[in-house]
Amino acid sequence: MSDTHAQTVPFVRDTMLPQANPPTTEAGAVRWMRENLLSGPLNVILTLLAIAAIYWVVQGMLPWLLASVWNAGSIAECRQIIADAGRESGACWAVIRERWPQFLFGFYPNHLYWRPVTALLLLFVALAPVLFSKAPRQLLWFSAIYPGLAFWLLWGGSVFVPVVALLGLALGWAAFHFGQRISPLAGVVAAILLPVLWWLFLAGPVAEDLGNLLPRSMPWWMEEVRSDKFGGFVLALTIGVSGIALSLPLGIVLALGRQSDMFLIKSLSVCFIEFIRGVPLITLLFTASLLLNYFLPPGTTFDIILRVIIMVTLFAAAYIAEVIRGGLAALPRGQYEAADALGLDYFRAQRLIILPQALKISIPGIVSTFIGMFKDTTLVVFVGLLDPLKGITDAVRASPDWKGIYWEPYIFVGAIFFIFNFSMSRYSMYLERKLKTDHR
Amino acid sequence: MANVADVPKPSFRLSMLLYDTRYRSLTIQIVVFLLVMAGAAWLVDNTIRNLQALGKDFNFSFLGARAGYDISQRLVEYTNDSTHGRALLIGLLNTLLVAFLGCIAATVIGVLVGVLRLSKNWLIARLMTVYVEIFRNIPLLLWILLIYAVFTEAAPAPNAFRVNAETGEAATSMFLDAFAVTNRYTAIPNPVFGLDLGWLNIGLFYVSVDFLLLVAAIVVGFFLNRMALRRATRIQEATGDRPTTWWQSLLLLVGIPVAALIAMGFHFEFPELKGFNFTGGLNVSNSFMALWLALSLYTGAFIAEIVRAGVLAISKGQSEAAFALGLRPARTMNLVILPQALRVIIPPLISQYLNLTKNSSLAIAVGYLDLRGTLGGITLNQTGRELECVLLMMLIYLTISLIISGLMNVYNASVKLKER
Amino acid sequence: MKKSAFLGTLTVAGLAAGMVSAATLDDVKARGELNCGVSTGLTGFSLPDANGVWSGFDVAICRAVAAAVLGDATKVKFVPTTGQTRFTALASGEVDMLARNSTWTFSRDTDLKLDFVGVNYYDGQGFMVRKDLGVTSAKELEGATICIQTGTTTELNLADWFKTNNLNYTPVAIETNAEGEQQYAAGACDAYTTDASGLASTRASFADPENHIILPEIISKEPLGPAVRHGDNQWADIVRWTLNALIAAEEYGVTSANMEELAANSPNPEVKRLLGAEGDLGVMTGLDKDWAKRAIGVAGNYGEIFAATIGEATPIGLARGLNAQWTQGGLLYAPPFR
Repeated sequence: MSDTHAQTVPFVRDTMLPQANPPTTEAGAVRWMRENLLSGPLNVILTLLAIAAIYWVVQGMLPWLLASVWNAGSIAECRQIIADAGRESGACWAVIRERWPQFLFGFYPNHLYWRPVTALLLLFVALAPVLFSKAPRQLLWFSAIYPGLAFWLLWGGSVFVPVVALLGLALGWAAFHFGQRISPLAGVVAAILLPVLWWLFLAGPVAEDLGNLLPRSMPWWMEEVRSDKFGGFVLALTIGVSGIALSLPLGIVLALGRQSDMFLIKSLSVCFIEFIRGVPLITLLFTASLLLNYFLPPGTTFDIILRVIIMVTLFAAAYIAEVIRGGLAALPRGQYEAADALGLDYFRAQRLIILPQALKISIPGIVSTFIGMFKDTTLVVFVGLLDPLKGITDAVRASPDWKGIYWEPYIFVGAIFFIFNFSMSRYSMYLERKLKTDHR
Repeated sequence: MANVADVPKPSFRLSMLLYDTRYRSLTIQIVVFLLVMAGAAWLVDNTIRNLQALGKDFNFSFLGARAGYDISQRLVEYTNDSTHGRALLIGLLNTLLVAFLGCIAATVIGVLVGVLRLSKNWLIARLMTVYVEIFRNIPLLLWILLIYAVFTEAAPAPNAFRVNAETGEAATSMFLDAFAVTNRYTAIPNPVFGLDLGWLNIGLFYVSVDFLLLVAAIVVGFFLNRMALRRATRIQEATGDRPTTWWQSLLLLVGIPVAALIAMGFHFEFPELKGFNFTGGLNVSNSFMALWLALSLYTGAFIAEIVRAGVLAISKGQSEAAFALGLRPARTMNLVILPQALRVIIPPLISQYLNLTKNSSLAIAVGYLDLRGTLGGITLNQTGRELECVLLMMLIYLTISLIISGLMNVYNASVKLKER
Repeated sequence: MKKSAFLGTLTVAGLAAGMVSAATLDDVKARGELNCGVSTGLTGFSLPDANGVWSGFDVAICRAVAAAVLGDATKVKFVPTTGQTRFTALASGEVDMLARNSTWTFSRDTDLKLDFVGVNYYDGQGFMVRKDLGVTSAKELEGATICIQTGTTTELNLADWFKTNNLNYTPVAIETNAEGEQQYAAGACDAYTTDASGLASTRASFADPENHIILPEIISKEPLGPAVRHGDNQWADIVRWTLNALIAAEEYGVTSANMEELAANSPNPEVKRLLGAEGDLGVMTGLDKDWAKRAIGVAGNYGEIFAATIGEATPIGLARGLNAQWTQGGLLYAPPFR
């Protein structure tokens, strides 16, 4: 062996080879495409199918979008402009340009648009303690008074109506605080009973008297806006947000009821939840508009929006209850046992240990319930309210100027719904990830 | 109070009702019960007084009155001389049809998209993400309206399929000579039994005896297959070798129904353009197609997310362990991955099926006459009996929902983790 | 007690609309506002403009009643109702009157406990088809696909008419007029059927109105009129005679422009009675003498309202036809003001 190679000079490279570029098929866009698009026969087919689908959508929509008309006074004018440009069909966005305030605000008075906008912005401030863990604790006070503030901003009128209504809550809290010294149960009972009595018998006259005493309670910029002026996204958000906010307490009670050891309480909660979840929302809206009049004392009649909010609240409560039940179930058994070991009674254990944790886990679920609710607010058109999707669109189309317009309003409203819901769902996913790390 | 007094406790004091945990729950339940009863009585009392004030009564005799309106899609016999009760039945069957087909299509779409979203193919994964996000975040009502409009705007008129005598060509041609999507309806082949065994009256409507026989054949095949599989398992447990069963399964599950079909002379009648319209096949209305597609695509997007989450929930170690045991990929899927993924998937899937069924009540937006369109729509409007109609409608939807969730819960229990 | 207690809650909510008692007139006066149920948007009859101000033929009746009762035509709350909610809204007291192109039928008047107080528009169901279909009569519609709005009397009429004429048809149910127009325009149905007034305005909105014709057959009687709750005769009288006042004003040539002058020196005593210059007809209904003057003052007499909202000068372009005065060969015939 050694002889054969005696003369051979062992080859040892003493200089580095110059760095060569990777083969073209293994670098850059080509490689990326090979790996991500064309890595096998199945993938090639899928890629081609995807390209075909995208092409089909684009070639269908693009010519129509390219022939968009933004400035026109009526659909006839739009058609004229498109025909003059030599195109067959085109989008007439002029209707959105002219009527966008209606899609957003319904018939809310023009000069008061800032009020719903402020209410929406303040909503984010009020939600800050939930949205961002770093938000100062003092903001919770703002969150507590926000419902009253939002109500006042939206409907306007005397400031004392929401103030007196909030006073009921304060009363409940105080009753709970002092009642607890006697017994926890008495605290709970008093906390429920007192505000109800306050709202039923005293709140109305008190608000009226205060309003009469202080004539400045309604500044000029807070003139009253009645709910028949509500429409479009203001209506959708009002129903959606108040539905979720009002259904939270009820949902918590139902969830606790469903977990209760007491047979009667448990079966009542289960019946309620399963009943609401078993029927379509549209039948509940029908109940609001057609049947509620039968169920209330003869002669009682009140605002259809309020009736819809009541039914939507009941509807949402059943779903929220299931979400919170999930949160309660996700808590380790040890938490319950620890609360028992500390000698806390049922209400204290729930309030101090169980619910804060369960609610925190449930936030993503609550957000997705809200997204669902927000989308479902479009159904109020079937009881004659002017929702953005069909109510306002049909009202716009009834005007002789825009009669016959079809796609544009739907696309506009759909886009707004998408932006809203997509950002909310992304936020809830972020939240889910954030919460997961704490608990696993 | 009476039942409390029965308790033989000499030291019993009234305050124990509140402070003794043994009695407190009883007290609370009695109080709640009384409150609920009082509330219910209040509502009923109000209703009675309101009905009196309006001079109306509460009865369902209107269901026996002549309906007077036509329904274009009817699965069983119906004319405008039929009763409102009959119209209710037509609506109910239409609801069930769209819900049933919608659940199937949504599941197929959902599984397909859910898997494709996990695909390595960048383009297809992104495309599926776009689909899921767009459909999940826009109200269903909008999808129903848009898909309906796309059908009528984009599809050709029936006479576009006519072959031009001079050129010998048609503006549009049918798909496989069997399907034609037009702006009025979608023509599909009509399944027919050549051997007519007559119709069986089952009280509400007539059912084809051929159809019943076919169902019977499928059920028999299913049970025989189960017996064969059980036998195979017994042999496997006794000897360690599992006999090949796939050809038995194929024969029993497919062979028996096919044999029955052939025996009954089953064939398709293909749609044909005669005059201005397609005849021979089944003309499925576009309102049904639009509603069905919109419901399937919308719910499919949700199911895709559920499927994706279910697949992701199974840790990689499971399949690796299965491979280490020497299981082939197909069996790994069947015996290890699927049972675990299904446990995660089934419960949310049930609620999606329920949602789809309830959402089918939006059918009215495209004029598909389902339960909400007949009973809760035209009948309500013509008779003015809103209390009866809405309550009956709620009751029927509730029953459907409870049946679906009941059936699915039974299935869920069978795949559930057996905890020891 | 319970009632007022429950309302207490709602007062707090600031949304309470009050209670309905037997006397609608007292309620309206106490509220200072008339609640009027209208359609959610029907070209020419009731629609909100970009600022939410309602206008249209039906809306004008509401405004006239508000002016007669409250003296202010703007004190009207328009409550949009759908085909399904309209009668319930009226029965439950949510609205005081309904001016929503509702057909006066026997069962609605009796079984549904409504009172139709008159007819403000005589309509009838017609058909619109594309010209190139070559159809000139509805009797040639054998086997046609027909778009039809659900939940109205139109589908009953259609079923009846095709039955009596021994024809077959395929109904395509449509939820709203907008969907119907879209479906018909895209060719999803051969014919579109609804009230002739609706057909006219739909045809006018097409890019190519000349390619569509409205068939001569009118297959039903659709007397559209305002309705009130059954059992409140005083209120029914007020709405009925407000409508009659508008019709009579046209007959006697009283317009919003010349009414002051005619009230002062018209030779016709009936005009003077109508305008409150003679006798006190208004007081008999629980209003005052000038009620009719105020009602006519809002938008003029029936003819003026018709011309401004749905007449031939508007995009809807309806001819008077049956809705002309009886003296002109129409059906409008107001009972004497005496």
